[in-house]
Amino acid sequence: MSDSSSKLHRFSAAGGLSKRLTSWDSIIIVLTVIVLIIASAAVDNFGTSRNFTFMVLDLLPIILIALPMTMIIVTGEIDLSVASVLGFTSALMGWFWNNGLSIETIIPLCIVIGAVCGVLNGFLITVLGLPSLAVTIGTLALFRGLAFVVLGDGAVADFPFSYTEWVTGTIGSSPVPNVLILIAVLALIFGIVQHATPVGRALYAIGANDKAAHFSGIRVARTKFWLYVVSGAVAGLVGVLWTLRYSSARADNGSGLELAVVAAVLLGGVSIFGGKGSLPGVLAGVVLLAALQNALRLEDVSGQALNIVTGALLVLSVLLPNIATAVRGNWHRRRLRQAAASAR
Amino acid sequence: MTTSTLGAPAPHRSFVGGLLKTRELGIVLALALLVAYTAIDNPRFLSGQSIRDNLLNTAILAVMAAGQAVVVITRNIDLSVGSVLAISAFTVATMMSANQDLPMIVPIVVGILVGAVAGLINGVLVRYGKVPALVVTLGTMYIFRGLVYSWAGGDQVNADELPGPFLDFANDSVLGIPWLVLIALVVVGGVSLMMRNYRIGREMYAIGSSPQAAELAGIKVARNLIVAFVLSGAAAGLAGVLFASRFGTIDASAGTGYELNVVAAVVVGGVAVFGGSGTVWGAGLGALLLTVISSALAVLDINQFWQQAIVGSLIILAICADRLVAVRIARSLRKRDAHV
Repeated sequence: MSDSSSKLHRFSAAGGLSKRLTSWDSIIIVLTVIVLIIASAAVDNFGTSRNFTFMVLDLLPIILIALPMTMIIVTGEIDLSVASVLGFTSALMGWFWNNGLSIETIIPLCIVIGAVCGVLNGFLITVLGLPSLAVTIGTLALFRGLAFVVLGDGAVADFPFSYTEWVTGTIGSSPVPNVLILIAVLALIFGIVQHATPVGRALYAIGANDKAAHFSGIRVARTKFWLYVVSGAVAGLVGVLWTLRYSSARADNGSGLELAVVAAVLLGGVSIFGGKGSLPGVLAGVVLLAALQNALRLEDVSGQALNIVTGALLVLSVLLPNIATAVRGNWHRRRLRQAAASAR
Repeated sequence: MTTSTLGAPAPHRSFVGGLLKTRELGIVLALALLVAYTAIDNPRFLSGQSIRDNLLNTAILAVMAAGQAVVVITRNIDLSVGSVLAISAFTVATMMSANQDLPMIVPIVVGILVGAVAGLINGVLVRYGKVPALVVTLGTMYIFRGLVYSWAGGDQVNADELPGPFLDFANDSVLGIPWLVLIALVVVGGVSLMMRNYRIGREMYAIGSSPQAAELAGIKVARNLIVAFVLSGAAAGLAGVLFASRFGTIDASAGTGYELNVVAAVVVGGVAVFGGSGTVWGAGLGALLLTVISSALAVLDINQFWQQAIVGSLIILAICADRLVAVRIARSLRKRDAHV
């Protein structure tokens, strides 16, 4: 019996995963700190303030999109369209700018349009009840396609200097980038909502068992719908920041970023089946990936070879806890057998 | 849906089968409408050369879609196929440029083997490592891609380093059918047959419908899942050989982003992402439809930039259609039960 139930384990929604995942987010945080310490000591220029600024700018898009993505994956769904929403709002930003809108109008407009993209996802997933993986692969193609329709393969670059400078700049003469405030504020808001409010608890309940959540009075569909809207809005915001940072609105901005975000969230210990994971773990996951990438680049290791590290970490983040559980189980069974034998 | 085909009385089966047939009929109709509309606008769309180009462009995608369909039917997903294509293409191209005289069968076998090994790794991690397929194949997508990059670096194999016969293979024909198209037909046809008529195929559907039930029914879930991933890997490996032969210039970025096209073809072809339903030849048709759309846009002189947006809308439409069929089946099954 125990054997067949362990075979079925993989398919069950979240059964018995709690132990390994709660431990994984602490492991990842410790691992991140160790990597940061070793890299500062061993890699030339890693600990410099200039490098710190660059690192924060590099992890900006992934960390912001990962905030709502964590919540979505905790509810057992996924949003693969985020990078295309980013590209779409970036393209629109260029188009609006060419058509003479002021930047003060464009930025909120782009965030709202991102949210509207999320409304479409949310409608298809929660109202029509379609699977989120398939829907967001569809809207991934759709929004990226619309980005190309809007801007073609051209680029718009002449955004006002005061705005591009704010995104790449630092606070006064300190090495702290302006955008770090934005990251901190948003991470704080998302962290409080996810870990200290009834809404946050509801997310975990939905991910663990959405039928049970429904019968205990949680508005499952409505909660998921708003998650997609928030995810779209944040992706829209990141589209704006991306455009300003590189001072270039292009339809292909952020291509492929969706898988990097999902990888970071899963690496941070969130279960793809939903119901498990924490925001601190995810933040550590994002920082770990960014720090490794940065350190290896300073050591002249090709950025593409780093893919191996990212992929291996991702697989190991689930595999190692599984092996640990299996070993612990074996050990426990052997002890039971020994106890039974000595009792006889 | 398919659980009923396993144990239910015959009338059930033909009823469900009939509805599924209408699903693929939808793709055929969409294809026919698209081709007819485009041909009226520009009759050259139906010329031999144009049909040939469309089929050649479909071949690589269709081979990968056949493997992916099997994996998706078992309620899993394989996102590593684009990277597996790159490993296979680069291995084969390097081998052929070093040994100019090898007969064509050698690169084909090597490509398939490379892909099968990659698929085996995926399958073992999914089954024995108990890691969800999305996580495993997202991970190996990065790992395999990283391996190609660290092997190839910035190098690329150019067409002039490859032997003539290897490059001609993509354009040569047998009885008027290009080799590439023939291979795609054999793969899609063979895998369709396996999934439709053979025990292992029916077991794949059972696993996708309900993994627990399949396990309790005594189906060798472990073996079947690994076969599914090996098939998908082997198909991607074969696609790598075809890719190298057709395009001649191969670098480490070959096939980047293909995974989403392949999944799109499978979904448009009517294979449900939650497993247990859809057909392999439907996935092949999905690949054909996606390819024909992009060439029709060029012929109709519609801005090429619309292509991706149309593909996206099509995917969403396809899932909506599946949902509708599923709701209809559920309703009529309930009615049937009420009469008993």
